[in-house]
Amino acid sequence: MTDKNKLSMFLFLLSEAAFFGVLIMSYLYYYPSYTGERNSPLALDPLLSGLFTIALLASSFTLWRAQKSTEHGQRGGQRVWLLATVALGAIFLGGQLWEYTQLIAENITISSSLFGTAFFTLTGVHGLHVFGGLLMLVIALGLALGGLLTPHRAIGLTMVELYWHFVDVVWLVIFTLVYLWPRL
Amino acid sequence: MSEISLAPDAADALPGLSQPSGLLRWIASVDHKQIGIMYIVGALVFFVIGGLEAMLIRAQLAQPNAKLISPEFYNQLFTMHGVTMVFLVGMPILIGFGNYLVPLQIGAHDMAFPRLNALGLWLFIFGGLLMYFSFFIGQAPDQGWFSYAPLAEQPYTSHRGPDYWSLGLFVTGIGSVSGAINVIVTVWTMRAPGLTMRRLPLFTWMTFINGFLIIFALQILNAGLVMLEVDRLFGGSWFTPPGSPVLWQHVFWSFGHPEVYILILPAFGMISEIIPVFSRKPIFGYEFVAGSTIVIGFLSFTVWAHHMFAVDLGIGWHAFQSAATMLISIPTGIKIFSWIATMWGGKLRFTTAMLFAASFLVIFTIGGITGVTFALVPTDWQTTDTYYVVAHFHYVLVGGTFFAVYAGVYYWYPKVVGRMLSERLGKWHFWLNFAGLNLTFFVQHFLGLMGMPRRVYTYPDLPGWGTLNLISTLGGLISALAVLVFVVNLVWSARRGQPAGDNPWQAWTLEWATTSPPPPHNFEELPPVRSRRPLWDLAHPEDPDWKREH
Repeated sequence: MTDKNKLSMFLFLLSEAAFFGVLIMSYLYYYPSYTGERNSPLALDPLLSGLFTIALLASSFTLWRAQKSTEHGQRGGQRVWLLATVALGAIFLGGQLWEYTQLIAENITISSSLFGTAFFTLTGVHGLHVFGGLLMLVIALGLALGGLLTPHRAIGLTMVELYWHFVDVVWLVIFTLVYLWPRL
Repeated sequence: MSEISLAPDAADALPGLSQPSGLLRWIASVDHKQIGIMYIVGALVFFVIGGLEAMLIRAQLAQPNAKLISPEFYNQLFTMHGVTMVFLVGMPILIGFGNYLVPLQIGAHDMAFPRLNALGLWLFIFGGLLMYFSFFIGQAPDQGWFSYAPLAEQPYTSHRGPDYWSLGLFVTGIGSVSGAINVIVTVWTMRAPGLTMRRLPLFTWMTFINGFLIIFALQILNAGLVMLEVDRLFGGSWFTPPGSPVLWQHVFWSFGHPEVYILILPAFGMISEIIPVFSRKPIFGYEFVAGSTIVIGFLSFTVWAHHMFAVDLGIGWHAFQSAATMLISIPTGIKIFSWIATMWGGKLRFTTAMLFAASFLVIFTIGGITGVTFALVPTDWQTTDTYYVVAHFHYVLVGGTFFAVYAGVYYWYPKVVGRMLSERLGKWHFWLNFAGLNLTFFVQHFLGLMGMPRRVYTYPDLPGWGTLNLISTLGGLISALAVLVFVVNLVWSARRGQPAGDNPWQAWTLEWATTSPPPPHNFEELPPVRSRRPLWDLAHPEDPDWKREH
């Protein structure tokens, strides 16, 4: 890989993988002690979160299309796909916030139990990463609407795209381990 | 083919403010040389602060049952001494050297991302200031540099010390990661034509590998810091019941052991540049010196639990960690043998730089041998948390990292400043520091074996303890005097030193192919690179390296 921009993003994502790796391993470290109704992943709703997960997955697809449109100078496609990406990302984040309020209403909080601490740390830090990505996407959308996201600047959007796919993959790992695995 | 090729990208203008002057010329700088100098000067300022903290510690310990300072202040001192020396001195000074030298050694005009480079510098400085601000509100960290849970948790440390520690390290950590990414990308994409990875100068090689250690290790620490702050600020229970403090130890040492190598690999790189030049021979076993660095990088992530033998994780863990720890001493041993073999039969020139480099071999090896004793679980149980450990890691960090950095300063100062450091003051500096280091820390091996625990405010008047501690304190004073001579030399030589010329040591790597100090774009023109020693080839057209290599 000789493109210095892509290489730098790739290295940053490697370091982020170590960061999330530690949090995921720490979540699993306590897995045997997640027992009882309010101290276990069984308090979560995998179906609802599954829907939001699909939104996040779809946003990776729309961002890929937005990047291709940018490369080919198709300004209409670029704007539509970017707008769809921002909307899908916002749906995911909104869904996570809604899930949090439901849990907190049931008195499952970051300080209520070991599971609560682990769950809110892991998903919260991931949510912050989604939020950061969403900010970058909104900036990209603004540039696209202003006609500034031209094909020779497509590398900027490619960098955001790499980051977004990474955050997406991390979520798939979290969703599988936290939401699905306990139900198997 | 022409003999002289242009430096890559030499036509690009440097990004940044146009023609600023005075202080702004430094603060707004995105030039890798200025940023490198600011890293090094910043680290030296923190070095003096951390050194003064050490002096206060030694003053308090000079006599048994002393009450020179309060126990609370003592705890803050040994905590901040450790944090300062590791994060605000060791890492930034090595990153600073990397910043200054890597683009020059690979024939580039700057780092890959000059603005990101400046960001890393300022994150280091403000992270350090954030941590030290805690003294002004009287709540400095006092839980030890490793912040062991549950001591660092809310119920046991209710003041803000551990929060300053966490947030300060988070800020400097992001800076280190961004700097490491920059170095890796720079080395990978901006090498001069002909400068293949197998011809890379060894300092650049090791700084490159070190970049990978930093991006993984510091992010492991960052994850731990997040968890600790979730506990402290939001009432979580990662490391307090029903959670377990052992998890903190796993996370911290998964970072902490690679960190040890982060502090030594670039130092190995400096030694690998300096010993060949002052032995007038190419490095012995280049491939092994470079390759063993990669082995160290991988193994350093597998040995963390040897810091945790006292936790008693079970016989399987102990056996694995013990074996892995002994394994990691092998690639380091390979380097030591390569350096000795380089000196063997060479025309040795004992300049101050070479004195520091040669004594590095001896002192670092002593520290390495005591290190291997910790791989043996029964020995570790006997000596853990005693002054034997303190003696061990000061031999490797002062005698290793710092002696290599001193060697590097004497070697590269002429390139940076354009004037030679005084050899006369340099010799004083070396011998005082050599004596001071050994006086301070050699006796601590015995104190540890006699059972004196670390991190104690004071100690009872047991036979021999008072005398040995007094010797240790006197050694500390001698080291302080040595640092004073060093600082005087740095300042005096900047004005009065002999003009250096382009290549005062008749060295062979590209940084010596340009003027001292180098122009803003580093090179007007580059010599062709056909071997590991381009300047040797240039000076000896009748017997170039590249004819022998192939």
